[in-house]
Amino acid sequence: MDLMLSEPYQALQAEIRDFIRHHGDKSPKVGGGRKRPDQKTLDWQKRLVEHGYAGRTIPKEYGGFGATPDVMAAAVIAGEFARANVYAGLTNQGISMLVPTLLEVGTEEQKRQYVGPTIRGDIIWCQGYSEPGNGSDLANAQTKAELRDGYWIVNGQKIWTSSAHYADMMFLLCRTEPDKSKHDGLSYLLLSMKSPGLEARPLKTMTGRSEFNEVFFTDVKVPETQIVLGRGKGWYVANVTLKHERLMIGDASKMTARLEQLISLLQTSEIDGVKLIGISEYRDRLLRLQGEVLAWKAHNLRLLTEAAQGIDSGVKRMIIKYGGTMLGFRLSSLAVDALGAAGLPYESLGEDAEDDDATTWNIDYMYDVGLMIGGGSTNIQKNIIGERGLDLPREPKVQGRA
Amino acid sequence: MDFGLTLEQRQFDDSLRAFLTDHLPMERLRALAEPGIGYDETLWRNLTELGLHGLLVPERFGGAGLGVLDAALAAEALGHAAAPVPFVGSIVMATLGFMNSATEAQQDEYLPQIAAGECRFAVALPSFAGQTGSASVQWAGSRLSGRVTGVADAGAATHFLVYLADGHAAVVAADAPGVSTRMHRSIDRTRPVVDVTFDGALAERLDAANAPLVAARRVLDTGRIMLAADTLGAAQRMLDAAVAFAKERVQFGRVIGSFQGLKYTLAECVTALEPCRAMVWYAAYAQDALPDEARLTACHAKAHLGDVGRDVARLTTEVHGGMGFTDLLGLHYWFKRISFNRQMLGGPERCREEAADVQGWKLHA
Ligand SMILES: Cc1cc2nc3c(=O)[nH]c(=O)nc-3n(C[C@H](O)[C@H](O)[C@H](O)COP(=O)(O)OP(=O)(O)OC[C@H]3O[C@@H](n4cnc5c(N)ncnc54)[C@H](O)[C@@H]3O)c2cc1C
Repeated sequence: MDLMLSEPYQALQAEIRDFIRHHGDKSPKVGGGRKRPDQKTLDWQKRLVEHGYAGRTIPKEYGGFGATPDVMAAAVIAGEFARANVYAGLTNQGISMLVPTLLEVGTEEQKRQYVGPTIRGDIIWCQGYSEPGNGSDLANAQTKAELRDGYWIVNGQKIWTSSAHYADMMFLLCRTEPDKSKHDGLSYLLLSMKSPGLEARPLKTMTGRSEFNEVFFTDVKVPETQIVLGRGKGWYVANVTLKHERLMIGDASKMTARLEQLISLLQTSEIDGVKLIGISEYRDRLLRLQGEVLAWKAHNLRLLTEAAQGIDSGVKRMIIKYGGTMLGFRLSSLAVDALGAAGLPYESLGEDAEDDDATTWNIDYMYDVGLMIGGGSTNIQKNIIGERGLDLPREPKVQGRA
Repeated sequence: MDFGLTLEQRQFDDSLRAFLTDHLPMERLRALAEPGIGYDETLWRNLTELGLHGLLVPERFGGAGLGVLDAALAAEALGHAAAPVPFVGSIVMATLGFMNSATEAQQDEYLPQIAAGECRFAVALPSFAGQTGSASVQWAGSRLSGRVTGVADAGAATHFLVYLADGHAAVVAADAPGVSTRMHRSIDRTRPVVDVTFDGALAERLDAANAPLVAARRVLDTGRIMLAADTLGAAQRMLDAAVAFAKERVQFGRVIGSFQGLKYTLAECVTALEPCRAMVWYAAYAQDALPDEARLTACHAKAHLGDVGRDVARLTTEVHGGMGFTDLLGLHYWFKRISFNRQMLGGPERCREEAADVQGWKLHA
């Protein structure tokens, strides 16, 4: 155990502080997201990549900074940006899920073509997994792709596809081997959202905004080489992606930032002239959450260290999505309670404007429920923790179904 | 940076756990729990071979000179075994008390004895420990008077390290004139609680700390982390037992672990408990290396483990069905261990109260 900053990290810290001093004024506002990055954000992101504060460990030949994985460096960077309340870079499905997947199983060509533009924010991706009839039972996906004259011809429908209405590309899970078993019949394709025959229809969510979509495929042509890892390997690739998605969703630095916002909310909101932080019932809820966030942060440090050492963290990693979304929801719940009646006015301005604080908290509060469902629901996470993490026997199969 | 254990730490942990598995089979634990004094001469002696007693004692006084994290690992292993060993008071808190508040000469007198397992201190803390019961001790003319209830690790104490309300500490032999003790077997038969009364007992002050209250709080906080670590070990033991049971017990023609409801119960336990391990490590490390975070993380670790421990203890007992409620299975030793740890040195409510104080979050402000 050594959390002390040794000399090279102190130097890195000084360098980041210097960077923030010189360029911090160009940072977009922290928070928000779930919309296409604007020019200011893109410029900022490029600057971060150049300096190695984003895409740090991605090899140079793929457009990254090419540093060796180093947990401490990552922690120092995250810490400095959080401390200065400066935007620490884009997180989206392309950067957090597809890029690590391609680095793990993509071809040389795919890495060269997609990794760089994705980490710079120039290519936005969406994830085409769920279908109306196949959500939790993802391996049962029925959208099909047939190989004809060097092209995959895709037909079918995806649903709840986040960001599809502004994405450039999709990573798609589809059935290419109808004769094979459920899990062995899937492939993973990369395709342009501008492909003829592809239509994304925005689907309004409970927040009142259109954050996800229905996507229809009618004879959509995708070049044969746009497959990742090979025919029938889609289930494997999809799971590589999901592993990264679940870690992204349960991310501890988000919890820490939220806790800080929550503390200042309780320090400023008041009832009858008393600050909420001075009322024991509110303060106690805050303290409990602070304890949990501290545990979560420490757990995250442990996982990062294990990842850097190439250790498979097993059940310690599998709990992240379930535990993280529960904690996130309880944090936003306290925020909504602290806002109380004064926080009830709700007008979401959509994608092009900043919402007020109360609306933002309420959107987070609702979106947190969405996060419990998306990326494999809470129940599915518990199945995974129980069956793969604790090695408990599986549910007996229902007779007569694949 | 490296957030994890060193090879030496893992080896120490392995050997301590192996030792405890060998020396504390269920029948032995039962036998030792009956008198409830929380101490066994043979076990105590044998543990000196592993160097447990001198863990925190500096090398020049015959110890290993290790840190609070090492001690937390030992506490976790002892909790896992429900071992009747007065580790927290006699080994950890007493050693730190001397290191923080005693003169070199006093350290030279007592620390080698602690390291050799020759004397067993119990630490009596005044009201700032945040326990219910009474705690009031006065110092006048080298003599102690007053009473402290609910002292831990004192079932076989040879000495008391008594803290005064201002943070000063004093040493007094348990058999000195004017010292009387009353032991209660506690709900946790592996550790008793003791009430100690001082009636003008002659004592020796430890006056070397520049800021006595700060030094005293550090001893308290480290004790809290040890209790949190003990709960972690005990809760992990209960969870492991429940998972194993769930893979064996058959009902409705299926092993019960294949029922989704039961699977979810266990998934919830592991989701709550696993981050606690990192939390305890972090808090323990902070005591030695991150002074700004030391108090806050200690209070939170004690509070959080108290809550998670209670949930895991209940749920894993339920998983065992009627068997879980029997004396026969012995699972209750760990349930009670966790219950004991929760109340000692300040319960979750009190520890969170202190966490609020540390951050300047005042009530009705
Ligand atoms: C905010 C949000 C964003 C999303 N973004 C995307 C995206 O970008 N791309 C994409 O492909 N999909 C996306 N999804 C879809 C998401 O992955 C699915 O909604 C999710 O996997 C659940 O599938 P379902 O909706 O069909 O629910 P169902 O599978 O029908 O589940 C309904 C309920 O039954 C429970 N259940 C189902 N099976 C089991 C079981 N075996 N054991 C116990 N309980 C079970 C579930 O836990 C749930 O509570 C998103 C969803 C949300 C809410």
